[in-house]
Amino acid sequence: MSTADIAPPSPRPTVGITVAHLTKKFANVTVLNDVSFEVRPGEIFCLMGPSGSGKTVLLKHIVGLEIPTSGQVHIGEFDASDPATRAKVRLAFVFQAGALFNSMTVYDNLALYPREHRLGGEPAIRERVMHALSILSLEKAVAKMPSELSGGMRRRVAIARALVMEPQLLLYDEPTAELDPILGATIIEIIATLREHTAVTSLVVTHDRSLALSIADRVAIIMDGRIRAVGVPEDFKRTTDPAITDFLNPLIDLKHPRFKQLENDHE
Amino acid sequence: MNSFLAICESFGSALCMLGRTARYLNTLPRQFPRFIEQCYLIGYTTMPIVTILCFFIGSALAQQSGYSMENFGAKQFIGALVGLSMVRELGPVMVAILVAGRVGSAITAELASMKVYQEVDALVTMDIPPERILVLPRLAAVLVMMPVLTVIANLCGWYGGALVCQYTKSISVDSESYFAVLKRFMAVRDVSDGLLKAEVFGFVVITICCHIGLNTRGGPREIGASLTKAIVTSLIFILVLDYFINEILI
Repeated sequence: MSTADIAPPSPRPTVGITVAHLTKKFANVTVLNDVSFEVRPGEIFCLMGPSGSGKTVLLKHIVGLEIPTSGQVHIGEFDASDPATRAKVRLAFVFQAGALFNSMTVYDNLALYPREHRLGGEPAIRERVMHALSILSLEKAVAKMPSELSGGMRRRVAIARALVMEPQLLLYDEPTAELDPILGATIIEIIATLREHTAVTSLVVTHDRSLALSIADRVAIIMDGRIRAVGVPEDFKRTTDPAITDFLNPLIDLKHPRFKQLENDHE
Repeated sequence: MNSFLAICESFGSALCMLGRTARYLNTLPRQFPRFIEQCYLIGYTTMPIVTILCFFIGSALAQQSGYSMENFGAKQFIGALVGLSMVRELGPVMVAILVAGRVGSAITAELASMKVYQEVDALVTMDIPPERILVLPRLAAVLVMMPVLTVIANLCGWYGGALVCQYTKSISVDSESYFAVLKRFMAVRDVSDGLLKAEVFGFVVITICCHIGLNTRGGPREIGASLTKAIVTSLIFILVLDYFINEILI
């Protein structure tokens, strides 16, 4: 089965995300500074930015793993920091490292959510799990332990685990990081196909320029904890902002290397 | 002052974790396979070391008390001394220490590694409370297994003492007289007090280990730090609680 033979749409409507004046401080360090943007229901929204710019922290606020210092995050009409929201909105988070349960087989990793939420008997759960695995061509990995999987397979299992949840909102944290270009392209195709067939709202945090500019409906660039720009991919292809141009198309300049600049910044 | 506040914060946070766990008590029947798995880990795998250790503790206790009590001409009471010491004090305390060292450390390491590698975060995002599937089955299992382990510890200690009394020439108290005295001085209350202590110790040890494991932050190095912290805290709590429970029970 290919990614075209995809899961049925979630029985629940897709939801959007509203981030309003979000600020997060850890001790005296401000990681997110007055961040505001909106993700519309059903769109693929890519959040890009350099390392340490606050992307993952922002994602953790959306799934409710972090509490804002000030500002608000809403998923649909619900406050993301309220634990009850996770019972009202089905959101799935594909972690960068997969975050698979290492003591369980691939099958049990996928079956955990429907079992714990009593979404049918064991035959129905099996069918659901096998369908998700087949979408990502993982049928042969069903009895394997996560430690036996390659990086790309772990990422696909993490996406399959998210699919089993039939989510209204799907969040990806660096889905193509540490993957070779072919596997990266496969993951990009999966994200795009899933949205096409399930209309799930997708928020993708990534460094991957090709991912963001090829499949995103809209892109936001975050730098130093602030949103620098939000727009459609075409806006970023002809941007005149030097910081964004440098981030999207970094030039190798051996006469003025960047690491020297970093050293000066630290001094 | 900061350390005191940190201790208070940890204590409050552990109580909150217990409160959240209690909310899922009604889901315990659904956690049956996990409960059985934990019973196996806490009970069955700890049993051999409890058996060996408590047998030799009983033996050593009989040896030492035989040596001392001979001076008072009271060596016929060794059975009572070993029996009561094992039931009221050494049995529950040794089992608690062994559970902390063997099971508590494994629990802390497992939960800390789950936390560090974001498995706990994955559970939270899936709306599966970690307390429900990670803490509740362990607490339920320790409450069931602690009395079992303590009874085994007591019996091994008694028989260890009996063997020493019978076969050590300087003591020479036969098993029949040893157990007759033991039975004469032993009340049901002594046994129930010991089992109650064991329950409290087991509950506290697993609570501490789960709490420290689930609150681990950082990388692999912090898993080791959490492990040390959990064991040291557990041992301190066992011995401090032992004194205060004795104060209440005696």
